[in-house]
Parts: sequence; structure tokens; C-alpha cells
Amino acid sequence: MHSQFKYWKPYVSPYDPCKPIRVKSYSTPPQLYMNFQPPGLPQFQSPKQALMHGTLWPQLYSPYPDPHKRGEKS
Amino acid sequence: MFYYEKKLQYPVRVSQCNPMLAKFLVEQYGGADGELAAALRYMNQRYTIPDKVIGLLNDIAMEEFSHLEMIATMIYKLTKDATPEMMKAAGLGDHYVAHDSALFYNNASGVPWTASYIQAKGDPIADLYEDIAAEEKARATYQWIIDMSDDPDLNDGLKFLREREVIHSLRFREAVEILKDDQGKKKIF
Amino acid sequence: MTKQMPPEYYKLLEELQAIDFVIVELNLYLNTHPHDFEAIKQFNEASQHSMHLKIEFERQFGPLMNFGKSYSNYPWDVDDSPWPWQV
Repeated sequence: MHSQFKYWKPYVSPYDPCKPIRVKSYSTPPQLYMNFQPPGLPQFQSPKQALMHGTLWPQLYSPYPDPHKRGEKS
Repeated sequence: MFYYEKKLQYPVRVSQCNPMLAKFLVEQYGGADGELAAALRYMNQRYTIPDKVIGLLNDIAMEEFSHLEMIATMIYKLTKDATPEMMKAAGLGDHYVAHDSALFYNNASGVPWTASYIQAKGDPIADLYEDIAAEEKARATYQWIIDMSDDPDLNDGLKFLREREVIHSLRFREAVEILKDDQGKKKIF
Repeated sequence: MTKQMPPEYYKLLEELQAIDFVIVELNLYLNTHPHDFEAIKQFNEASQHSMHLKIEFERQFGPLMNFGKSYSNYPWDVDDSPWPWQV
């Protein structure tokens, strides 16, 4: 399983006026790694659960905001 | 032809009267990467796309109209019964003088929707790549709106809509795979 | 508008939204996977389940669809409030 967020460290200048965010992140959701969905993927337990996640398949679920929030630590 | 069904695709809830969030949210109503643009883009491309993927464009267009209705519901609820003072304080004074609390197809900065937001090039790969890009841009827009919002009920609906962009993007990617396949029919199982 | 929808309305509506969501999801999937027999079976079963739920929903809360896809009671109630964005 691929990670759903990637992190990078932007250049920080001593002359940047805003408090620097040292680690930035961006979303890399599962469709980027699955050009064609394989048949028979496991499904959520109930229609209600699928509705609440916005997809029938847990492997295609993409959380937001970043549950690990690594981007917010400096 | 079209039939109306008296229900939303997802149970939309909003916790507070908050016209400021409505102002941000309208980006997905009448903005460049919003639901109206999406629905009209796919609805229009379906006429000239190869038969193998017409059904996909048609059905995603239908779902986008359901999302447009969800966004409209959110905006409607966020501004319902808001006073002119509240609208003004939320930066919607200019909206109020032109529309009262009526919805209108413009983006978060008040720029009216335009057909130049969408394209139909007639080349299936060019059109599908535009569609994939549109889904990713809409996903990003939902992210930035979620970042701006402190309404957990609203965010619940927005997360659903964001996830739908992920699924649509995947389906368009599959459509590209189908069209580029030599046998003309993707058979992986 | 003094009429208030009872809690059962929201409960049944959500059940309907859930099963219809499964149908939408499978429909899009099947557009690109037309030979997935299991998914077609699940699609047809979910469609049948949804039809039964809609009959029950309409019995309690009135017609869901216009243009003859639902039956009207007397007096005409296809255009009755509340609308989806109001509830």
C-alpha cells in the first residue's frame, strides 16, 4: 500500500517574513497507483459504511486532512 | 430524458449559520473546477467520445449534477435566514445587493461562470486527460475548502465529495486504458 | 412550513441513500469492467433491494420521482414540500 501523503522540505530564507513551515505535504490518493482497478477488491462491510466513506472499496479511500499531520510539525 | 428524484445523494448537514463558508463553497458551485463545470463538460463531451466510454461520461455527468445539488444545499443552509449585516460581515455584501440570498453561478470571488472553463476538443485522449485533470483540481479545491472550514458537519459532506473526485479520476484513467488498448477491449480478467 | 419530518424519515432516507450509493459506485465500475459477473450480480441485487425500499419510503412519505416514475396520492402530492435541500 502506498502512503497517501508525501512530505518535502522547502528552502527557508532568514528573510522570509511568515513563520516558516519546515515540512510541507501533498496528497497522493490511491487512484494514482491503480490505472485499472482489479476485480474483486474487498468492500466495506455495509452500504452505510460505503456511503460514509464515499467509496465501496477501502483500498480506494483517501483520507483528508492528513491523519498523521507530519506536515504541521516543524 | 431526465427524471428528478427527491433525495440528495448524501445526507448533507451544516452545523451553523455561516455565510463566510458559503462564500468559499460557491467556488465548487460556479467556479472553474466546480460541479457545474464538471457536469456540463462530461455531458457535452459524451456526444463525440467513442461508444465504449459514452456510458461512463454520461453516468459521471449525472453524478456531478447530484453533487451540484449537494453544494447548493450546503450554500442554501449556510445562508438561510442570514441578515444583510451577516452577509456584509462575511464579505457577501456585493452578492446581497445583486442577489439577496439567492444562489448564483459564480466563483468565490464573484466572477460569473463561463463556458471557457470547459473544453471539448473532440480528441478522446485530450478530452479524457482534461477530465482527469478536472477531477484532481476539484479534489484539491475540496481540500482547501476543508482547510478553511471549522464546521464538522459540513466537512463530512465535503470529504464525501472529495472522495468521489478520486473515484471519477480512476474511472477516467481506466477509460484511457480502454481506448489505447490494441484489441479495443481491455481484458484483464 | 409547519410540517416536520419525523426521525423515521431521516433514517429511511439514509438507508436509501446508502443502497443507492452502492448502485452508483457499481454502475461506474461496471462501465469499465463489463465482464465482472460478480459485480453485475451485486448490482442487480442492490437495484432490487433499492426498489423495495423505495416502495416502503413512498408509502410513508410520498412520491420520490416525477413524470410518472412514482404514483401520486390524492390530492396531487408529487410536488409536495419538503424538498431535499430543505430537510
